[in-house]
Amino acid sequence: MNEMDRRDFLKLAGMGGVVFFSGLGTLVDAIGKSAAADDFFFVQLSDTHWGFEGAQLNPDAKGTLQKAVAAVNSLTNQPDFIVFTGDLTHTTDDPQERRKRLREFKDIISQLKVKNIRLIPGEHDASLDNGAAYKEFFGETHYTFNHKGVHFITIDNVSDPRGSVGEAQLVWLGDTLKKIDKNAQIVVLTHRPLFDLYPQWDWATRDGDKVVTLLMPFKHVTVFYGHIHQEHNHFTGHIPHHAAKSSIYPLPAPGSVAKRAPIPWDPTAPYKGLGFREIDTRPKQNDCVLTEYPVTKV
Amino acid sequence: MKKITIRPEIIGIFLIVLVVGTGYSKVCAEQQEQVIKMTAKKFEYSPKEITLKKGVPVVLEITALDRLHGFFCPDLQIHADLLQGKVTRIRVVPVKTGVFAFHCDIVCGDGHEDMVGTITVKE
Ligand SMILES: [Cu+2]
Ligand SMILES: [Fe+2]
Repeated sequence: MNEMDRRDFLKLAGMGGVVFFSGLGTLVDAIGKSAAADDFFFVQLSDTHWGFEGAQLNPDAKGTLQKAVAAVNSLTNQPDFIVFTGDLTHTTDDPQERRKRLREFKDIISQLKVKNIRLIPGEHDASLDNGAAYKEFFGETHYTFNHKGVHFITIDNVSDPRGSVGEAQLVWLGDTLKKIDKNAQIVVLTHRPLFDLYPQWDWATRDGDKVVTLLMPFKHVTVFYGHIHQEHNHFTGHIPHHAAKSSIYPLPAPGSVAKRAPIPWDPTAPYKGLGFREIDTRPKQNDCVLTEYPVTKV
Repeated sequence: MKKITIRPEIIGIFLIVLVVGTGYSKVCAEQQEQVIKMTAKKFEYSPKEITLKKGVPVVLEITALDRLHGFFCPDLQIHADLLQGKVTRIRVVPVKTGVFAFHCDIVCGDGHEDMVGTITVKE
């Protein structure tokens, strides 16, 4: 991405509305959003941290996930499917409590109108037991699925508490990619950033560069992730990486403050900084159109 | 029964090696860098603030007391996994001055995110 693109992009992102990203890493004019026959929508939620308690950060911690579910259910265009990119639950050292939180999370999201739901764990769900409890409830932590010609690949960078993908999964990814055409549209879902966003705050994946290297030969790849509790857009070469907002508490911009402490709840603007996004996937154009929504119905 | 013969000249050589060896390590110890002993446990380092001098090598000797932890200071490119019950030695030669944060980068429990510290490097 050159400087000019970057400035245009920042301007667009600052508008807070719809942002278009083409699979080639260039920005497309936001005007003229149209739904072609092959287009489909999916919704990304992230970092719901069910089980979190802390009134200064979110006095409605026991009700925000339900509000997010209601907000998604109220979308006029219901998505084809919904993804949750990790930290479904807030971490606990107690294995029984971890299971209780996963069970409650599962119950709450069963209220979503759309039943096609794809999940991946975050370090809060999986890092203390290498994903054991998570797998009991939701199965594999890395997998692929196809939707209307788009290849979705989920990558687990949290079951290893070191925050790495690991050799075995890299081999699996390499084998998976071998079967995919270089011109195909690929969407990667993961929890931690696959690039060094801000390693000082653990906003990185130890071997994320190896994943990016494997993806590089593919022309139309887009990565969606969570972990950093804010909207963030970054390119590694031609590959855009989009972080999603959380639905529990926002975190400060990378390196903007000395400590990675969550941003306190603002009583004058409740639920500020929380949200989810809708992704319009356009196989014809090989791109994705992102629309950000607040966590509560507007 | 097999007889074991020990040739005196071999013992001689062995002794020389021992003496030379001890002398060598003594010289080394005198030249040796300052050692900073640290511990890591859920969810803190002790000490959590250390001060170093630019260009002066030190050895961090960190013991993980209760479980696996990490030690990561990206700005000074210090990165190590701290195995439980083991002393992890990391040689550091700070190349720049400033205050640099380090943290545990291996998820270790509810409180892991608070397991942080700073290295201050002075001129
Ligand atoms: Cu996370
Ligand atoms: Fe999170």
